[in-house]
Amino acid sequence: MSLEFLVASAVAALTAAGIYLTLRARTFSVVLGLAMLSYAVNVFLFATGRLSVDRPPIFDKAAEGYTDPLPQALVLTAIVISFGMTALVVVLSLRSYLETGTDQVDGRRDGPEDGA
Amino acid sequence: MALAGTTTALAVLLSLAPAALGGQVTQASIAWVPALDLNASLFLDPLGFLFAGLILGIGLLVMIYARSYLGRCEDWGRFFVVLLLFQGAMLGIVLSNNVLLLVVFWELTSLTSFLLIGYWGERAESRRGARMALVVTGAGGLSLLGGLLMLGSIAGSYELTEILGQREAIQASPLYLPSLLLILGGCFTKSAQFPFHFWLPQAMAAPTPVSAYLHSATMVKAGVFLLARLWPVLAGTEEWFVIVASAGLVTMVLGAAVALFQDDLKGLLAYSTVSHLGLLTMLLGFGTPEAAIVAVLHIINHAAFKAALFMNAGIVDHETGTRNFRHLGGLMGLMPIAGMLALLAGASMAGLPPFGGFLSKELMLEEAAHTVWGGSDWVVPALATLGAALSVAYSLRYVGHVYFGPQVSTPKPAHDAPLGLWGPSAVLVAVAVLAGIIPQTLLGSLVSAVAGAVTGGPAPYLSLKLWHGVTPALLLSLLAVGLGLMAFGAVGALSRLRPPLPEARRIFDATLDGAVRGSRQLTQAIHAPSLQRTLAALFAVAVALAAAAWTGGEPVTGGRAQISASFPAVVVWLALLAATTAVVALHRQRFLALVLISVVGLGVSLGFVHLSAPDLALTQISVEVVTILLMLLALNLLPKDSPPLDQAPRRWKDAALALAGGGAAGLGAWAILTRGADTALPDYYWANAYPGGGGTNVVNVILVDFRGFDTFGEIIVLGIAGLAIFALLDTTARGAAGRRLARWAEGLPQSPERHPMMLVVASRLMLPLAIVVGIFLFLRGHNSPGGGFIAGLVFSIALLVQYMASGWDWTQQRRRLPDYALIGSGILAAALTGLGAVLLGLPFLTTGFDYFTLPVVGEFELATAMLFDTGVALTVVGAVLMALAQLARAAQRAEQEPTNREPMDIDPSREGAAP
Repeated sequence: MSLEFLVASAVAALTAAGIYLTLRARTFSVVLGLAMLSYAVNVFLFATGRLSVDRPPIFDKAAEGYTDPLPQALVLTAIVISFGMTALVVVLSLRSYLETGTDQVDGRRDGPEDGA
Repeated sequence: MALAGTTTALAVLLSLAPAALGGQVTQASIAWVPALDLNASLFLDPLGFLFAGLILGIGLLVMIYARSYLGRCEDWGRFFVVLLLFQGAMLGIVLSNNVLLLVVFWELTSLTSFLLIGYWGERAESRRGARMALVVTGAGGLSLLGGLLMLGSIAGSYELTEILGQREAIQASPLYLPSLLLILGGCFTKSAQFPFHFWLPQAMAAPTPVSAYLHSATMVKAGVFLLARLWPVLAGTEEWFVIVASAGLVTMVLGAAVALFQDDLKGLLAYSTVSHLGLLTMLLGFGTPEAAIVAVLHIINHAAFKAALFMNAGIVDHETGTRNFRHLGGLMGLMPIAGMLALLAGASMAGLPPFGGFLSKELMLEEAAHTVWGGSDWVVPALATLGAALSVAYSLRYVGHVYFGPQVSTPKPAHDAPLGLWGPSAVLVAVAVLAGIIPQTLLGSLVSAVAGAVTGGPAPYLSLKLWHGVTPALLLSLLAVGLGLMAFGAVGALSRLRPPLPEARRIFDATLDGAVRGSRQLTQAIHAPSLQRTLAALFAVAVALAAAAWTGGEPVTGGRAQISASFPAVVVWLALLAATTAVVALHRQRFLALVLISVVGLGVSLGFVHLSAPDLALTQISVEVVTILLMLLALNLLPKDSPPLDQAPRRWKDAALALAGGGAAGLGAWAILTRGADTALPDYYWANAYPGGGGTNVVNVILVDFRGFDTFGEIIVLGIAGLAIFALLDTTARGAAGRRLARWAEGLPQSPERHPMMLVVASRLMLPLAIVVGIFLFLRGHNSPGGGFIAGLVFSIALLVQYMASGWDWTQQRRRLPDYALIGSGILAAALTGLGAVLLGLPFLTTGFDYFTLPVVGEFELATAMLFDTGVALTVVGAVLMALAQLARAAQRAEQEPTNREPMDIDPSREGAAP
């Protein structure tokens, strides 16, 4: 098996899991799904620089080669921004649960209202 | 002020008069958006001169009039500001040399017209009229933009002076008809031509000075102006004649017919304006130079008598308190000055000799008399005569009904208006009268020069006089007067006979309601009110687009040499797949799902390590820690169990969609990975990172230098996310959320050890170590893996551990800087670094660096990029702590435990000291 296959199939699996989870009815599943989708998107972006082993983009005149640094720079900020997004969504779902008493994305209630 | 400005502008314009009318074109141009060929270029030719004169001259009179018209308690400032803004925009239209600039001014007049119609915003009819005018003229403006863009692309330039010379190329182009239709869409809506005429009567909700100025003398003439402006290149074809002349003819007759039956003074004048605009459009539509000359003459005449009549209607309204014909009559004795002015202006409107209106109507009938329409030589003359007759009738109705006949008691006792009100209209009436008596002296050279500019030829010879001999036009004129008298006599009978016409306003409202209903239904259908449905639609569309892009393309696999995977790589891959599957399968067991998702994150980090991305691996692993902490804190407050909600069919459907989406993403990644890359960009960064950015870690140099502006934006986003979280969590103690939190805390099992000693001691030991590691990562970031983002995350983790060990309150009391200050100072530090470069005359965020030598430490480098990176690190710490600490605080507040004064529950040193 080639590394390319491993990365592409991992992107496929992460995306599929992310889509499935974001389509669930409970907020926490959606948060998990978004985290999965972030992994998938970050790895996909990273993959646009193609794969190479032992060629970090650290400048050295003696280096034999180097991998594309640009996708790495993009993904680095993307990872941090995904954290910001996940944090916001987590807090949003928490606040919505506290306000409405339900953790369903469409604000429906599970059973009889608890009278809050 | 307003008066002074307008007077000065008028003086400047008049000083240019000899040049403009003598055939010289004054030009000025500044490049505005050169990439779009949008230049602020203006030119003054005779046509522009005429309109600019009308705009400024009538503007001046209207402003004087408005001073007396508006009551003391009205908002003068707002009125005059918008009026002046309109005046400037209108001048812009008539002086623009660039058609795109013209559209900008065109839209500005629509907007200011909206504001002025809605000046009395507390009245429903004002709001409705303003809205309708904006919708109709705004839509027309868009249509005009499209048409002018096409015209510009045919001519190869957006400069009018260039476009006007290319008649043959434009009329031969296949784009001629579409561009003509779009441009006419703009002109007809602005100049209220049938079937877009309905907004103008509604616009009469505006204060009367506005009606006189915008909706009779200037703005509604913008469409006519543009027809005249583009006449040399667009006119003369069959399409032009059929569309423009017919629309004008229909509008003229229809407007005049409806005007006759209006009960409102301003309503009558509004429909009469519609009718006269139709007359102008028809004349320009004839496409002959003679007709164009008549149009120019009538523009002047109409502006004079109609603005005077609007002012007159305003005087009547002002002094009697009503504008309704039913409550008016016999005012001549009470208001002799206003009555005389109305009589003279009305006679001009009716086209009676010896007034200006007679002259232009006579010439209009002359042109109509020999125009063949659809193979018939009587249709146009007959309808034109009918229009003229109706014009006589409604003019009679206005003057006769209001000022003559039996006196009717009015809501306010009528008396003559002050000079400020009748003065301006007297000036206009004087023009209307003189235009008939000494036309050649007053208007001859002006009309001749303007007509030359309109037709694009030399200024035609013109002899304006009242008596042309017994011509067919004179006979038609006599017929029109006769018919008009009869129609006036029979208004009552005719109005009973009048068939109920469909009201355009109703149709407009119904269309608008329909559009609103339709879009609401569409919105309901595809997303609201279910997030699940919205997202499913989003993913389905994305997959469908990907499939569409895929079909018929190249084979998926490319020819790039692949790297064979080592055994550890396969193991990590298997673990990642297993964890992913397990997260999906077990996502309802929330804590377990969190553990599993951290395995996925770990797998991704290991992948980055293996694939030559040390920076990414460091970032991913530290973000992983923070993310899992965050979710744990949130899960503490969220329900722990989640009974399944979705039925099996939905789950299967979602699974199919997920597999399709995953497959598409995977195949996309595979297609990219198996193809060679363009190396120009990486080569550039590789070659320039060290000499240009002073660092050997190319990723970090890109972040803080090459793409520093992006990074700047990203830390701002991060900061905003942190502040939003604060806003969401800070208020949870109140209202329904607070009650729920309190109840949540009641049923919670409490650990006897809230702040275990071992954890506290270990975390204190780790703090300096972690900080040192963070500083190390930060300092070497420019040359080796590390940098501001990673260092910021490490600092955050070190501080978070303190919160975990000793609780929120205890730790917070020992923090000097609040989180929002960290975010703010981080962004400020980054911005100031960038601005430092600007002060030195370099672009924003340019890096400066140099090498220094210290004893012991040796040679080292200092770069301004480091200051920027400090900002990044500060913002990251602030945002992360904001998110997590606020979550922890919300939970702790809910527990309502007494605040711990000491860092840990059991403190051996304390116990020993206090026996």
